[in-house]
Amino acid sequence: MKLTLQIWRQNGPQDKGKIENYQVDATEEMSFLEMLDVLNQQLIEEKKDPVAFDHDCREGICGACSMVINGRPHGPQKATTTCQLHMRHFKDGDTIVIEPFRANAFPVVKDLVVDRSAFDRIIQSGGYISVNTGQAPDGNDIPIEKGISATAFDAAACIGCGACVAACPNASAMLFTSAKVSHLALLPQGAVEGERRAQSMVAQMDKEGFGFCSNTGACEIECPKEISISNIARLNRQYLKSSIASSEINE
Amino acid sequence: MNWFLRFFTSSIGRKLIMSLTGLFLIVFLVIHLIGNLQLLNDDNGLSFNTYAYFMTTNGLIKTVSYGLYLFILLHAFQGILIAKVNKSSRKNRYVSNQGQVANWESRNMAILGILIFAFLLMHMGDFWLKMKMGQLDMVKYDGYDHPVKDLYGRVSIAFNQLWIVAIYVIGQIALYLHLKHGFASAFQTLGWNHPKYTPLIKSVGLVYAILIPLGFALIPLYIYFVK
Amino acid sequence: MKKLDPKVPEGRLADKWTDYKGTMNLVAPNNKRNIEVIVVGTGLAGASAAATLGELGYKVKVFTFHDSPRRAHSIAAQGGINAAKNYQNDGDSIYRLFYDTIKGGDYRSREANVHRLAEVSANIIDQCVAQGVPFAREYGGLLANRSFGGVQVSRTFYARGQTGQQLLIGAYQALSRQVATGQVELHTRHEMLDLVLEEGKARGIITRNLVTGEIERHAAHCVVLGTGGYGNVFYLSTNAMGCNVTAAWRAVKKGALMANPCYTQIHPTCIPVSGSYQSKLTLMSESLRNDGRVWVPKKKSDVEAIRNGSLKAKDIAEEDRDYYLERRYPAFGNLVPRDVASRAAKQACDSGHGVNKTGLAVFLDFASAIQRYGKSEAFKHGITDPDQETILKYGEQVVEQKYGNLFEMYEKITGDDPYKTPMKIYPAVHYTMGGLWVDYNLETNVPGLFAIGECNFSDHGANRLGASALMQGLADGYFVLPYTIGQFLSHEIRVPKLKNDSPAFLEAEKAVVERIDGIFAVNGNKSVESFHRELGLIMWEYCGMSRNAEGLKKAQKLIQDLRAEFHRDVFIPGDKNEYNPELEKALRVADFMELGEVMVLDALNREESAGGHFREEYQTAEGEAMRNDEDFTHVAAWEWNEESGPIRHVEELQFENVELKVRSYK
Repeated sequence: MKLTLQIWRQNGPQDKGKIENYQVDATEEMSFLEMLDVLNQQLIEEKKDPVAFDHDCREGICGACSMVINGRPHGPQKATTTCQLHMRHFKDGDTIVIEPFRANAFPVVKDLVVDRSAFDRIIQSGGYISVNTGQAPDGNDIPIEKGISATAFDAAACIGCGACVAACPNASAMLFTSAKVSHLALLPQGAVEGERRAQSMVAQMDKEGFGFCSNTGACEIECPKEISISNIARLNRQYLKSSIASSEINE
Repeated sequence: MNWFLRFFTSSIGRKLIMSLTGLFLIVFLVIHLIGNLQLLNDDNGLSFNTYAYFMTTNGLIKTVSYGLYLFILLHAFQGILIAKVNKSSRKNRYVSNQGQVANWESRNMAILGILIFAFLLMHMGDFWLKMKMGQLDMVKYDGYDHPVKDLYGRVSIAFNQLWIVAIYVIGQIALYLHLKHGFASAFQTLGWNHPKYTPLIKSVGLVYAILIPLGFALIPLYIYFVK
Repeated sequence: MKKLDPKVPEGRLADKWTDYKGTMNLVAPNNKRNIEVIVVGTGLAGASAAATLGELGYKVKVFTFHDSPRRAHSIAAQGGINAAKNYQNDGDSIYRLFYDTIKGGDYRSREANVHRLAEVSANIIDQCVAQGVPFAREYGGLLANRSFGGVQVSRTFYARGQTGQQLLIGAYQALSRQVATGQVELHTRHEMLDLVLEEGKARGIITRNLVTGEIERHAAHCVVLGTGGYGNVFYLSTNAMGCNVTAAWRAVKKGALMANPCYTQIHPTCIPVSGSYQSKLTLMSESLRNDGRVWVPKKKSDVEAIRNGSLKAKDIAEEDRDYYLERRYPAFGNLVPRDVASRAAKQACDSGHGVNKTGLAVFLDFASAIQRYGKSEAFKHGITDPDQETILKYGEQVVEQKYGNLFEMYEKITGDDPYKTPMKIYPAVHYTMGGLWVDYNLETNVPGLFAIGECNFSDHGANRLGASALMQGLADGYFVLPYTIGQFLSHEIRVPKLKNDSPAFLEAEKAVVERIDGIFAVNGNKSVESFHRELGLIMWEYCGMSRNAEGLKKAQKLIQDLRAEFHRDVFIPGDKNEYNPELEKALRVADFMELGEVMVLDALNREESAGGHFREEYQTAEGEAMRNDEDFTHVAAWEWNEESGPIRHVEELQFENVELKVRSYK
């Protein structure tokens, strides 16, 4: 199939960037990234600068791939990362617009590559359980209800790709942050420091310059791992509780 | 910064303000509609005018109404500030706009809010201000020991003008869209989300978002077309 | 040739680790504060080591070429992690896990290391649970297990099909906690391009900031590499696109030894190659072989018809199908170990029975499982004489419950519905058992240079069992290295903070800059990718699932030619002082080519068939692998030597606790 690609080219964070047009020949069996590989091979042969994009595992789990395809993070398929999107979902003659994830908190590094280290800093601010290696009791010392464990897993399935931020009209990181808060708060091991965690992670999230959540639900629709916005409600609850009824008496 | 300030200046805290003031206004709208439906009574304004008199003179209601004004302003200004933050969180917009998956109203609450606020100013200027400070005719009803302001008369005059009726209907459409997202959203912000009761909140929210604006819109339409 | 000393402590096998731990040198807290450690890589091994060293009080600098530590390829492991917990009361024990691992590795691993691995396996589960890893649980709230990879006990802990992801996130969170305390300094999008030695000890690394292109010098008291395996030397593998050998290979070029590089694990159930544009292969969990039957058509005419699309798999009569695993290995059938299953698939395709256009695919069929489950499920619903439709309905339901997410993934990639038509699968490179040679302390022959996880030549011998990679990575990072590193560092407490502007550092930096400039200066016509593809084809053809002396010799020549062509004709677009993925790839591919040569050499020199290394000259009459215990019960560790060519060193393997047997699955 012959495709016209309109790709955002931006040479570094300071560059203004613009859309450029490319033609590429693809086949149905290719993944979207393989189609871009073909384009890049073509560009290199013409001694031009290939399109930069983040990618790694190409099996939908590492969370590296990050582009917006025809206005939708990771493209049109539900619960699918860009690397798992295949060209059979496009038609011969299609024009495809490809852009980076856009948010102030995700500055563009080059072309379709963005800097998502804000997510790392949110995790660093409290997205963990404070246990040193060797301190753990036996794995079966604390039974955890199967349902609770499954709900925690649903939240823990987040791959940190940032599609939620890219999809949100406000570029909010609430789905990402709430998924981590939920994952840990639901488990008895993590509930211990749940209040502190909610406070510090929200503070960091605010500091990074993400927008506010206005419950549009776009994040949930675009999330390749189908993380639910019920996690956002849980974070709201945790935050409210920890703010007005914190067990920490200081302050 | 103490905890209180920190909480109400955080993203979630500020959203909570929106949620709580929104829910208060949702309750207010029900009461306001019930009162206003007196306009539909064919009693020459007796029930409506005495109701209006009660609302403007009762001490408790007066106190609550100051809260109401404060909450409306808080909801409006906080909403605009949040919208500003949200808008500026993505300075470089997307080139392609075909991918919006969220409802239009959920993405445009601020615009709807501004429309509603503008409507509210007109609405209050028309009736509330006149009731409070303006010169309205007085009427005396049988069985009442003193005359009351004839707000009913003022309303009837206004709603006999087509353009005012049209603005009211438009205002209610904006309110419908605002509530359609706002009702369930307020609960989500409060942290109320559960597979068991969230569908109920959503259904009740939709019914509410339809019935309340419809009720308000019926009044001018009824007066214009029927009376 | 030197004899390598693994420094295995004395004593009974079961007591070695405990006794050793109890008597090894420690570094006092006040000294730890002043000791710096560099960790390269943030996968399971690297992240867990960096976090633990940080907790212990060392000053740690950690490096990853990814944009976040959480992207490392450990994240893609599906199946699970083994641990000798014996929670299922089915007779598991540390010894049994040890024995299974030794046997599965075809008796080519070091007893003491494997036993230690089995010992600490239980602690890993405890640690991960405490970190919040949501392992699968039973209704009673306790941890669930499954049996995996053909072993006789249920010792595999799992988190749906995303065990690697959940474990990595656990380690990433532990690491993030240390970053927040300032104990660990995190450098993302930094690639290690050289190792720096001072007075023979590893004292730092040279990195390239992948965003700005800046070359940086980082000094420390010692260096730990947790940089994964080198499966991408085959270009197509189940590894992530970024996986590379550069960090380990730069260490080799500074004197470290590369052990057993020819041991490559080929995973039997991957989605076949569909075209020349293909960038990577996707693994389908091994668990599919519990219910799927592997077959190819018996008749060549049927094969032809399938390939040109005139015949569908399900229309081939039962008697015209060759269920070759069930035929050849009646005792284990479709559940034979990975190496055996992979080789059998290759043989079926080599004899012209491959079932897709490229001729490189076999069927994995769930029809009989659907029938079987359908009937029993219908019976449970009180239907004693179900019609075909009812059977299919119930059968597909059961199969969906068990493998739903895998079937979905298969359909996403291939566009075929595996409920209706058999899957097509083919083996693909998955894991490399070889790696940097390390002693019992996980220290390479270069003092102060440690290697952990898949990066070292590890505990898996010639073949790794399922669900053991995650176990080894975390064992090394959480429970082994943090102790053994003290053996080296306790002698370094008088060494003041290392400076990064010594002649050794400046020289290494200069060499890196020259290497980069050199590669740009070629300014040829071919893309890096095309060289990488060619290298992959050579490796797969001659050093893949089965090897022979003739082919290997040919490969040697081909690789040398390709290497020469690379340095004559490669083209790198862009500039070195910017974000330039093509430059990154070029440096990696250049290293892969040198490694490829050593792999071929190792395969040529190992004149036996063992685990993932199958030499056609050394097989039984029935085509099974034949070990040569007399001459090859050793580790071959290669030293890089520009003048003389690579030099082979040997570590003899002593088996005092297990008896060497022939692996038979007949």
